[in-house]
Amino acid sequence: MADRYIEPDTPELRARWGNFAWTEANAAKAKEIVARYPEGRQRSAVMPLLDLAQRQIGAELNTQGWLPIPVMEYVATYLDMPVIRVVEVATFYTMYNIAPIGRFHVQVCGTTPCMLRGSDDIIATCKARGMKKGHTTADGMWSFTEVECMGNCASAPMVQINDDNYEDLTPERMNAVLDALARGETPKAGTQDPARHTVEPVGEPTNLVAMMTQNHDYRSEW
Amino acid sequence: MPKVKVDGVEIEVPAGATVLQAAELAGKEIPRFCYHERLSIAGNCRMCLVEVKPGPPKPQASCALPAADGQEIRTDSEMVKKAREGVMEFLLINHPLDCPICDQGGECDLQDQSVAYGRGGSRYHENKRAVTEKYMGPLIKTQMTRCIHCTRCVRFSEEIAGVDEIGALYRGESMQITTYLEHAAKHEMSANVIDLCPVGALTSRPYAFEARPWELKKTLGIDVSDATGSNIRIDARGREVLRVLPRNNDDVNEEWLSDKARFQVDGLVKRRLDKPYLRRDGKLAPASWNEAFAAVATLNPGASIAAVAGDMVDCETMFAAKALVGTLGSTLLEGRQTGMDYDTSSLAGVNFNTTFAGIETADVILIVGSNVRWEAPVVNVRLRKAVKRGAKVFLVGPEWETTFGGEFLSEDLSVLGSLPQQVTEAFGAAKRPAMIVGGAALGRGGLEAALSLAGQFNLVRNLEDGSAWNGFNVLHMAASRMGGLMLGYAQKGGIADIAAAKPKVLLSLGADEVDYTRFADSMIVYIGHHGDKGAHAADVILPASAYTEKAGTYVNTEGRVQFSDKAVFAPGDAREDWTILRALADAFGVSVGFDSFDQLRAAMVAQVPALGVEGLADYGTALPSGGLSASGAIAYPIKDFYMTNPIARASATMQRCSAELLHGEEFAEAAE
Repeated sequence: MADRYIEPDTPELRARWGNFAWTEANAAKAKEIVARYPEGRQRSAVMPLLDLAQRQIGAELNTQGWLPIPVMEYVATYLDMPVIRVVEVATFYTMYNIAPIGRFHVQVCGTTPCMLRGSDDIIATCKARGMKKGHTTADGMWSFTEVECMGNCASAPMVQINDDNYEDLTPERMNAVLDALARGETPKAGTQDPARHTVEPVGEPTNLVAMMTQNHDYRSEW
Repeated sequence: MPKVKVDGVEIEVPAGATVLQAAELAGKEIPRFCYHERLSIAGNCRMCLVEVKPGPPKPQASCALPAADGQEIRTDSEMVKKAREGVMEFLLINHPLDCPICDQGGECDLQDQSVAYGRGGSRYHENKRAVTEKYMGPLIKTQMTRCIHCTRCVRFSEEIAGVDEIGALYRGESMQITTYLEHAAKHEMSANVIDLCPVGALTSRPYAFEARPWELKKTLGIDVSDATGSNIRIDARGREVLRVLPRNNDDVNEEWLSDKARFQVDGLVKRRLDKPYLRRDGKLAPASWNEAFAAVATLNPGASIAAVAGDMVDCETMFAAKALVGTLGSTLLEGRQTGMDYDTSSLAGVNFNTTFAGIETADVILIVGSNVRWEAPVVNVRLRKAVKRGAKVFLVGPEWETTFGGEFLSEDLSVLGSLPQQVTEAFGAAKRPAMIVGGAALGRGGLEAALSLAGQFNLVRNLEDGSAWNGFNVLHMAASRMGGLMLGYAQKGGIADIAAAKPKVLLSLGADEVDYTRFADSMIVYIGHHGDKGAHAADVILPASAYTEKAGTYVNTEGRVQFSDKAVFAPGDAREDWTILRALADAFGVSVGFDSFDQLRAAMVAQVPALGVEGLADYGTALPSGGLSASGAIAYPIKDFYMTNPIARASATMQRCSAELLHGEEFAEAAE
């Protein structure tokens, strides 16, 4: 289980983030998000607003973005709710980063289906590039964590990097994706298997083949 | 009214009851950790599992399942036993086995229930998790590794206290309960989470490692730190009061207690007056009881004697002083130390008439000059409940941080003469309107102005259901106030009348807030227990007993007569107050008509019968008409919640609370 801890609330942190405010575009977006909920229920907007704040900080720092304590306080004030409730949400969901993070957050799935399909090799690939579990590389490019199932078992092994999933990985494909990201390109999200369009069967279907061409009723065979 | 069968016995339960409540009604004990009668239902500890038919064929959490007609509930089946054992085994996976060094030992829900419902051993071999210490302030000691995540403390601070400061961070196995950034919990009821915590995660910091519960002698008492008369249990070992806990009383404090009432008791062993003192050449010097009495008697005051009652004295003490002063031919009695002179001709006009339970049902409340959070924290809890039920609250006075919202109208009393339209409209439409007049508004015309508003808004009325409603409330701050007023401790002009009479002897019954410079010509005989402001001004000090050291009758601000018992003996040469006054009568050579406490109480009840009956005293419902207008900016009398009385001022815990929580001093935590 990944150990997550809130970045300590230091005077430096306050000085850096104490005057956080929405950018003009995000202010409009925040207003629109809050308006989705009934009057007096503005607290419901806490999750999208935290995401918005994280993205704004990400854009500012050119990383995936994270949520310093003063920013959580800003969101709490914006929604007129107790800060502790905001912190509860931010610490509960792992997609909110509560400590500084690198340009790309490489989350490799290591749960059983991915492991059986070779996630160990993917992890080794990451490590070979200097990544260390729970850490960000010195150049600030890569943050690396091993995570539990992300629901892409049909195209295992997979990795989530920032907002996109990259699936059907092999060490070579993984390296290709990471190289492309490092060059500033945006690799195609989804499966990296050239033979696959999405998560359709590789090659010929092996299950329910009789249904390939017609609507076959299997029930009598059960 | 659904009918359910609990273990084969059919009972009828109130509509809306849960299965757990139904089982309780049937006399079946259901183990639980997260469920608490006064908090919302969380359903996360799973300890209350029972078998319910009809329903899925698995155990169900009874705390969160409504009882429905025709249910068959089993609390004694094999399935339930196994379920409880399983849940207990899970709860103990990460709970340290440190009961021998845990302060909760002996009064721990987890300990008791694991003995009663556990399986006696664990099959878990992995390491237990450990959680870093959390700082929750000077009152709450934490050991978060012991936490079982019942979230009672989170729900208490959110729902009852109304100050969101405790939360559950992270998730799953990493879940941790903490205050925001580990700041100290900053409200007046914070220590109630210690009682709520079913394990040893949150324990009392001042009481840490002091005693085991079975060593303590438990005495039922009444708290005197404010005028609410909270019911307490005084736990003492030997001659020392080690802690105070709240007692359940739905009419008064429910089961909460303010931090001051709970933790001021360490002041009972500090700065105590344990021998008589006499002022010789301007300096107080120790003396014997005989010397002290002789010094008072030689003055031979005759009828030139007066008594001023302090905030924490019991009715018996006040009656004994009244009898003594009366026998000598004087009627100079006063309890309102700070000089208030409001009209006390009708006690209904200075009483909390709705009662604390009643204020919960009010729909519009106007609070005049009262910082309720500091003056009566348990009433503040009721106000929050009223607002949750939809009551509108308006306040007159400087702004303070309410826990229930409310609209501040003005800092000036004159607003009572010209209330804004929204207030008059709200009162016009209200079914159960109420007013609360606090100490800051009393005694400067505020009471009279409020009374005339009470007449205007028709606060005394018959409700639609036929019951009587009196919405006029006065919130006092002194535990002795209502008892004193019933015993006639009030002059028309307040304490100024006493000063004007220039008594030769002024009996000060633990009166520490009096401006004694007005009594420069009087011999001040201080009968009290702490070397505080009153003792500094005294010419003779007669050491007396604090509230834990004597039996006594107290009347709270709603006119509720309550009896308190003696928990420990007073230190040193100190005596119970009434015996001192009885001995003073001998010194003056007069007879006051009682020689024992029982005789004293009988004489008191003969004079004021209401003091002999526990419960609400009947002051009638007729309010004086009031009438005068009031003006002037309101200033709340309590400047520091933790320092309002001599016991609290002597208490190291309260001093630390005041410094840290109110004045922002930082204390480095001692390394453990």
